[in-house]
This record gives sequence, C-alpha cells and structure tokens, in this order.
Amino acid sequence: MSAPGATPIARWAPYAMSGPAFLLFATLLLVPLLLTAILSFSQFDHHSGIKAGVTLQHYAAVLTDEYYHEIFLRTLRLSAVTTLICIVVGAPEAYILSRMSGRWRAVCLLVVLAPLLISVVVRAFGWSMLLGREGLVNQLLELAGIGRQRLLYTEGAVIVGLVHIMMPFMIVPVWTSLQKLDRTTEQAALSLGASPVTVFRRVVVPQVLPGILSGSLIVFGLSASAFAIPGLLGGRRIKTVATLIYDEYLHELNWPLGAAIAVILLIANLLIMLGYNRLMERRYRRALG
Amino acid sequence: MTRNGIPALIFHVLVMAFMLAPLVIVCLVAFTPENTLTIPIVSFSLRWFAEVFRHADFMQSFWNSLLLAFLAATISVGLAVPVGLALTRFQFPGRAFLNGLFLSPLIVPHLVLGVAMLQLFSMIGATGSFWWLVGSHAVVVTPYALRLILAALIGSDPSIEHAAQSLGASDFTVFRRITLPLMLPGLSGGWLLSFINSFDELTMSVFVTAPSTVTLPVRMYMYATESIDPMMASVSALVIAVTAAAMLLLDRIYGLDRVLVGQR
Repeated sequence: MSAPGATPIARWAPYAMSGPAFLLFATLLLVPLLLTAILSFSQFDHHSGIKAGVTLQHYAAVLTDEYYHEIFLRTLRLSAVTTLICIVVGAPEAYILSRMSGRWRAVCLLVVLAPLLISVVVRAFGWSMLLGREGLVNQLLELAGIGRQRLLYTEGAVIVGLVHIMMPFMIVPVWTSLQKLDRTTEQAALSLGASPVTVFRRVVVPQVLPGILSGSLIVFGLSASAFAIPGLLGGRRIKTVATLIYDEYLHELNWPLGAAIAVILLIANLLIMLGYNRLMERRYRRALG
Repeated sequence: MTRNGIPALIFHVLVMAFMLAPLVIVCLVAFTPENTLTIPIVSFSLRWFAEVFRHADFMQSFWNSLLLAFLAATISVGLAVPVGLALTRFQFPGRAFLNGLFLSPLIVPHLVLGVAMLQLFSMIGATGSFWWLVGSHAVVVTPYALRLILAALIGSDPSIEHAAQSLGASDFTVFRRITLPLMLPGLSGGWLLSFINSFDELTMSVFVTAPSTVTLPVRMYMYATESIDPMMASVSALVIAVTAAAMLLLDRIYGLDRVLVGQR
C-alpha cells in the first residue's frame, strides 16, 4: 500500500500498470458498447440501410409489436422454468453432496461441475443426439410402450439443455453456503423427532436461502441471454431474444433493431447482476456483524 | 457426518446420469463405424476420426482456435499481472472503477459483446482480421486470469515483500524473486482457465469471425445446424479431450475444485 505522502512515481504507478489493459478494454469493450447504443437510435429502412437521424422507432417496435412480445415472453418463461428446475434439483443435490464422505464427494463434485468447462456446442450436440427422432430417449420411450415423441426443437428440449448448462451455477453458491452451515442444528432437529425431509425443508433450506437466491439470479440471467442451446435445440421455431438478435444482425441485416434488442437485453442483465451484488454485499455485511 | 438415505442416493445417481449423459453419448457415438448416429454395440471404429483429420475446414478451425486461445490467454495474463499488482498493492482514485471494468465481461452477455464488436470491426474494416479477433478474446478471458491472480496476490503476505525491500532488494528483484513465485500458481491457473474459455467461446465469436478465421466452436455450430452425422461426434470427442487435458493440468497446478467452486 502506498503511504499518504507517496512519491509522484508511486502515485502514477497503478495507472501505468493498468494502462495497457485499460486501452484494450476501452477499444474493445467501452467503445463498441457505446457504438451499439448509438446505433440502436439510428434510422433504418430495408432498401437504403442505415440513414442519418435519431429515432426511437426500434424501441417502439419492440415494445408494441406482438411478434417481439411473444419472443420476450417465451425467453422469460424458459428462463423462469429453468431457474425453478435448477432450484428444485440443484439445492437438494448440493445438500446430498455436502453429506457425502471425502473421496466420493470430490469425485461427484467434479462430475457435476466439470461440464462447466466443456464447450456448450458439444453439450448441446450431445442433447440433440439424445433427444433426436432416433435418439436414446425415444428408443427408451418405445420400449416403455409410450411410442416415439417429438422431443427435439421444442421448448422442452431447450429447457433440458439450459438446465444442464446452468446446474453448476446453482450448485456452487448453495454448496458454498452449506459449508458455513452449523451441522449441530440438523442433529438437534433430528433428535427432536423431525424427519430428514422436514429437517431439510425447515432447518437447512432457510439457512442456505441466500445461496439459492444468488444462484437463481445467475441462472436466470445466463438463461435469458443463452444463445447456443436455443439455437441448436430449439431450431428455427423456438425463437428467443438471443436468436432473434442473431437473426436481425446476420439474416435480416437490420442492425439498428438488433442493437435496440441487445441494449434491452444488456440493461435487463445488468439489473439482475446489480441485484445479485446487492445480495452478496448484504451477506458480507451480516457475516461481518 | 450424517449419511444420505437410499432415496437421496437414488436422486443423486439420477442427477449424475443427467450431467454425464450428453458427454458420454458424444464419446460413444464418435466411435461408430456406421453412417448414422448410432451407438456402436458390436464394433468400434476410428473411421470418423480419420474423416475429421481429412476435413480441411475442421482442421483449419481447430488450429485457428488453438492459436487463438494460446495468444488470448497469454495476452490476458500479461495484462492481468500488472493490473492485479496495481489493484492489490496500491490505493488510488478510480481503483473500484478499474476493478469493475476488468471483471465486467463476466456480466455482459457475450451476445451483446459480439454484436458490439461486429459494429466496431465493420466500421474500422477489421472484419476477418485474426489479430482483432485475438483482442476480442483477450477481453473476454481477462476476468478469469485476473480473478485467480488477484486471489494469489491477496493470499500472499505483502510484509514478505517489505522485508526484502528493507534488506536492500530493488523493486524488480522483489518482483522477480518474491512476488512472481508467490503468484505463479494463480498465474498459470489463470492462463489455463483463460485458454479453456477462449477455446470454447462460441457466442461472441459467431459475430466476429470471418470465413478465414472461423473458430472450432463456430464451425461446429454451423455444421450442427445444417447436417448431423457422426463426424460431429468425433470432433466433439476431440474437443472434450483437449479440454480434459487442460483441466487435468489445471487441477495439478491450481486445484480444479478451487477454480470451480471459487476462491475457497
């Protein structure tokens, strides 16, 4: 730490040290985001492209057109259902993991979390094979006498893929708050005659609620902006905000409209993450007393 | 230690199966001798792997991605080391802003980054430039490098540096002999994590790659939206192998559990 009466060199040193990284981030993050924000207010028509002049027409279109409402609502619905499933499956799973003994716990934790580092395209492709017409799931359904179903390119397929991608993001925060849990409270409840399920519901869950909440915010935010899963498992029919932006940019070539939707997505995401940071800060403050 | 009951263990096995299913199926189908996506039951074959190695586009993208990830990880670590030192060893106005800025690619959706960079690149005529692509990847993976480097620097005691200084060591000697060795696990762990994340990056790259610079994930995405044959499974198996190798190294150097669960 530099002392209050630091030499001029020490005063400038941190800026010089951050300088190269700042230059990179200014050129490739701040400027592009600013350009996109400006672009979202530019006039556009399909014949002559981008024209001079400021307009709110793209935001107005997104806010008033039924077509966009449907896509936004679908994205919200898919993200909400994904979040819900991640809570219902991820929280108990984290709890079970925390009760396993040493070696097994390490291995199982790795199995659950390592997919995080494996390419989303690979995992999406794996699911498209499992859920395809001739896929393993359909073969099992046929054996079970239910018969083949259309699984791929449905909202269900997108949700399955999203849950798979997002599960680690739910398990990690719950796991972290479980580490701080006082195990004697569970034993006390058990010794007073509560069933294991009651102990989990009434003793464990309230204590890990902050972990579940922060996990939910991350899962929801990432699901709402996920691109590869809806792109590969939803196909062209199940359009989400992310694939809509992709189409506006690379197929419709209406960049200003795409930019407006991207700005909306960015703001929504930043609000969610801000909520997450607030939550974390409150937890730290409480932890510090 | 309370034990898990039978229902809990059944639930656990189902979750494990769910998490592993898509990866296992990819690795199995990669070895099929057939023309369609079938799980080889009687005979295994390397036919589709040979097919991948003969496929010029996939191979070019594979080398593109490998070089890109190598350069992006190296640049991001090179930038993150001085930033980490500035953030942990100095108090200065704008420190919180810089900290937030350098970690911000974690919360800005990659899709938004992609369209934003596409806009910049098309304005300055940089579409299809490999070096601008490297720059964009460096931005996206810098937070990963920075987080591990920050953790290493916060974890090490600055009084060791002060002791060396008071014994007459120059700033550079202190950095080379004390600070650098102390942050080496964080530094190499950060490099590997950046490498993996750059190698896997799809969403932003979809927008900023041109036909000559298409990365492997983008090539795979395009391929998978058009046709599905076992070659895609073989490429996926190769990607899993590269990632697993990097993960194994990461585990040896830094500890995979620390990376995945966060800094302790």
